[in-house]
Order: sequence, then C-alpha cells, then structure tokens
Amino acid sequence: MSGIIGKKIGMTSLYNADGTAVPCTLIEAGPCVVTQVKTVEKEGYSAVQLGYGEKKEKHTTQPLLGHFKKAGTTPKKKLVEFKSFEQPLALGDSVSVELFTEGDFVDAIGTSKGKGFQGVVKRHGFGGVGGQTHGQHNRGRHPGSIGACSFPSRVFKGLRMAGRTGGNRVKVQNLQVLKVYTDKNLIVVSGSVPGAKNSYIILEK
Amino acid sequence: MDLIKFVEAENAARRAELPEFAAGDTINVHVKIREGNKERIQVFQGTVIQRRNAGSGETFTVRKISNGVGVERIFPILSPNIDKIEVLRQGKVRRARLFYLRGKQGRAAKVKEKVVKKVKK
Repeated sequence: MSGIIGKKIGMTSLYNADGTAVPCTLIEAGPCVVTQVKTVEKEGYSAVQLGYGEKKEKHTTQPLLGHFKKAGTTPKKKLVEFKSFEQPLALGDSVSVELFTEGDFVDAIGTSKGKGFQGVVKRHGFGGVGGQTHGQHNRGRHPGSIGACSFPSRVFKGLRMAGRTGGNRVKVQNLQVLKVYTDKNLIVVSGSVPGAKNSYIILEK
Repeated sequence: MDLIKFVEAENAARRAELPEFAAGDTINVHVKIREGNKERIQVFQGTVIQRRNAGSGETFTVRKISNGVGVERIFPILSPNIDKIEVLRQGKVRRARLFYLRGKQGRAAKVKEKVVKKVKK
C-alpha cells in the first residue's frame, strides 16, 4: 500500500458539473524522504519508512540524527512506516503528491480532535433517560442502568461509560482525490478528514 | 489559509462574469433546469435580501412575492446552474440583511431605488 504524509490545511467546496457542491479537504503532502528501508532478512518484514516536516537539528536526539544522516537528509518531524509500497524505493528517495492522480480513492488517517471527558450521550450516542418534561428530575443525560442486581453483582467489562473522548487514531476510507497540484504539494480530497488543521494526515492508496 | 485561497482563486473567472449586486437590488437570476436530458432556463426575479459567507461557500437569497405568497430562494453564487444574473434596479437600503421585508406586504415591502449621481466631467 503506497502512501504519503501530509498536513491538513482546511476545507472548502467545489462544484460538480451538475451543480452539486462537494465538500473537500486540502492536504499539503510531501515531499517525503525515505529514511529507512526494512527488509525481511534484517528486520523480519519489509516496509518503507518515510519522513516529513523539517525539524531543527538542536531539537533532534543523537540517535535520530544518526538515523537521518544515514539517509542523507535533514531531521524530519514525522516518521511513518508503510508496508508493501507499490514502487520500489531506495534510501534517500523522495515521494511526492505525483503518487496520486485525480479520481483515485484514498484512505486518510489522522488523530481526531480531543473532546476531553464526555458523558455517554456525546461519547456513545446514548439517548439519555426519559424526556425533558413530565416531572423529569436531573438525570436527562445519564446512562441509566449499568446492570442487574445480586446476579451478577458486578458490572460487565467493556460496558460503555463516560470518559475521555476523541484524540484517537481514526481512518476514513474511500475519499476521492479531486485535484492534485504538484507544484504546491497539495491534494484536494472529497469529504472531511479527522483532526484539527495543521495536524498530520497519512494518505494511503 | 493561503492554500485555500489558492484553490478558490480558480473561481475568479466565474466571479468576473457575474455583475456586482448587493442587498436591496432587484435581480433576474437565470437558472438552468435539467429535465431528463433537456435543459431549459427559468428566470427568478426578486429582491436580494442577503449575501452570506465568503469564498466558494458564498450564497445570496432572493425574495419575491408569487401569487401573494412570499418565496425565497438561496443560490450558491458560484453554482454552475446559474446561467447569468441581471441587475434590474439598485435598492437604497441601510442594512445588509433585509429580513424586515418578510413581515411586510404591498407598498411597505418595496425597497426605494438608489439614485446614482452622474459624475461631472
């Protein structure tokens, strides 16, 4: 699966020929540098590690500096591994948005926006308890019962409750590539992509 | 932000085709309507009561009275379904959103015409 690392820029909309507006996300992606090629003989599996985003040398640890030096590049902020890249890549090669063509379907991986500690209504889509009126007291957004009584006299594992919400790795599948601007390293994909603006996005083909 | 503007700049040619108009103006919107594989043009005439948003999401609302019933239509300004826009009359208004027209009927719902002064040479 070929891929590239990028940054979410923001959203806009484009119009189809039939006049429907298509929401789309702009992703500034690449050029990424191959920082390591993993092989079955050495690492036990084959993969390609790509680096994206400039980082200052003084903010890079010595082990990583050596890692980047081996690939002959400057220090990179984000390193991602891709298994079974379609085209053969060597150490120090660069991958750009030319990987994608208009009309391709891609998957986008990002870290969703963190929502903090949230109740079950927002977190799991529970309906809440009862209605808004008819003497309803103060438990409109509560989870309700979390189990039976003396049997099993415990709460089952994995029961959906309130807690930290968002901030997870989320993959959105089958986004169509609407436009590719090679000179600006920019890809326009249909629909929305997880995460905030300027967050890292991994695009997979 | 600059990259968003860069992508939206492709609409500049389309925008240049459209005339300038603002809230209070009376306009004709020529809308393309597809029936099967036939295409025809329908004209929607009314008063612009608002222009909203910016960039590729910009829309405008046109209000007219049809058979005594108020009808409002919202058009995306960059919609390819708009064949052309004609400005018939410029209105003299003191606000950008003319929602007060909704509660009015007859003469009270009329927007005064803006008198464009001729510039002396």
